[in-house]
Amino acid sequence: MKKNNPKIPPLETRGLKLYDIAHSRAGDKGNTLTLSLIPYDESNFDMLCATITVEKVKNHLNDIVAGDITRYELPNISSLLFVCQDALLGGVTTSLAMDAHGKTLSYALLEMDI
Amino acid sequence: MKEKIRIGCGAGFSGDRLDPSVILAEKGNLDYLVLECLAERTIGLAQKRKLQDPTKGYDPLLERRIESLLPLLMKNKVRLITNMGAANPIAAAQKVIEIALKLDLKVKVAAVNGDDVKDELKMMNHEFTILENNKSLKEYEVISANAYMGIEGILNALKTDADIIITGRVADPSLFLAPMIYAFDWATNDYDLMGKGTVIGHLLECAGHITGGYFADPIKKPVEGMDSLGHPFADVFKDGSAIISKVEGTGGVVNLQTAKEQLLYEVVNPFEYYTPDVIADFTSVKLTEIAENQVFVTGGSGQKKPKTYKVSVGYKAFFMGEGEISYAGQSAFERAELAGNIIEKRLSPLFPPKGDKEKGLRIDYIGLNSVHRTKFDTPSVFPYEIRLRVTGKAQSHERAALIGEEVEALYTNGPAGGGGVRKYVNEVIGIVSTLIDRDTIEPKISIFES
Repeated sequence: MKKNNPKIPPLETRGLKLYDIAHSRAGDKGNTLTLSLIPYDESNFDMLCATITVEKVKNHLNDIVAGDITRYELPNISSLLFVCQDALLGGVTTSLAMDAHGKTLSYALLEMDI
Repeated sequence: MKEKIRIGCGAGFSGDRLDPSVILAEKGNLDYLVLECLAERTIGLAQKRKLQDPTKGYDPLLERRIESLLPLLMKNKVRLITNMGAANPIAAAQKVIEIALKLDLKVKVAAVNGDDVKDELKMMNHEFTILENNKSLKEYEVISANAYMGIEGILNALKTDADIIITGRVADPSLFLAPMIYAFDWATNDYDLMGKGTVIGHLLECAGHITGGYFADPIKKPVEGMDSLGHPFADVFKDGSAIISKVEGTGGVVNLQTAKEQLLYEVVNPFEYYTPDVIADFTSVKLTEIAENQVFVTGGSGQKKPKTYKVSVGYKAFFMGEGEISYAGQSAFERAELAGNIIEKRLSPLFPPKGDKEKGLRIDYIGLNSVHRTKFDTPSVFPYEIRLRVTGKAQSHERAALIGEEVEALYTNGPAGGGGVRKYVNEVIGIVSTLIDRDTIEPKISIFES
């Protein structure tokens, strides 16, 4: 259910973002960031597979992810998983970042225009 | 032989809320309650407490959790499995006995040890390679070293009829897999079942993560009753399938979306999810919403468990200095930026960059780009308030403290209208990993009775 929120510009005035059609959870393992990408409507899974390529994600997260990105397709749950190396400024235990776990970074992925 | 058991998860990290576990113990009709309270770094901190006082080194919330849970667990015949032992499972077990005597309850507690391999690493002259960077362990000042153990110790403890089982470092899913193996008499080399049980454990291990916590978004993923978020339980069946749900009347939601997000959480390879018990495959897991707040989990598989245990090594890393100050109103960002530049000039000689990759000082503008470390192409309207944050690493407490001191001095030596300074110094324990042969480690059980 989508409520009217004055803080978020209406769709007509901005491009479609991943946020509008999918959700995501960020996880950390050492200096590796994991980002799931899960369409609300499972029928959008094939479209996401075709359009949200490793290259596009790497480009989008250029300021965040320094290493390689691997994409896993999980048709069993109609979801994608991006595993991003060298993405957490050394990892949760020794990073100086404000969000050392990178927990907020799911919403960095969802910021991507489609 | 049982056909079904119910396992609840009442804590997903050391600082998790207490109420949801009490509700699970009271109204959940559980066979087992699991409290997962040990993050990567928690055990290093616990080791430090143990060094200062040999009767400490277990989870700091243990007393509060056990005092509220113990009467309910005994009354409802719920067995507790928890890694709250941290660096000292024996002291934790003794503390539980002390609480039981005070509450006049008859309780049997099993402490599971064996994960602490600090001495073993030393005996092998620290001839180990660090997984993250291929360096030698010899380069590190080791504070703690704990192997992620599997089901074995917990299984032995379950066979003693202990009411409370307290471990040190154990892989999170093993806390859940062990009671399944015990109740259903699964063969521990049936890797298909080990994989299925591990999937269920992984879905439960972060507690509120599968009931709407770390999930809710008022616009796209609204969740009712977040203030009274319930924690989950699973009805696990003998064939390795399960229904995930939560206590009726609690807030939150269990649905396909929460289950999918948690299934992939912290997974670096869904074809090969390594635990000490199995290399699990998540790519054949099927999730189905069968009723409100009920998700049926089936599928998943696995292959032979690894020959080594992963060891988490805590080491003395550095002192982190941190200072923050706020600016608001017209030119808030410009003034914050001026403050950042001033600090950088004043402190950079003492905090030089490390190589090309790492800056000596980190300057963040909270409200603008501090957590995503970028702004993408979002057209930027500068927020009304900006908070400047400065951090740096130092080898001494005194040097780290300079950062907060300089930020505080901006009150009278910096831009107009700066306020709300906070300053911190923390000693940082870093964590690296290495591998150790399985046969180096033997889980040990100690039994205590009130």
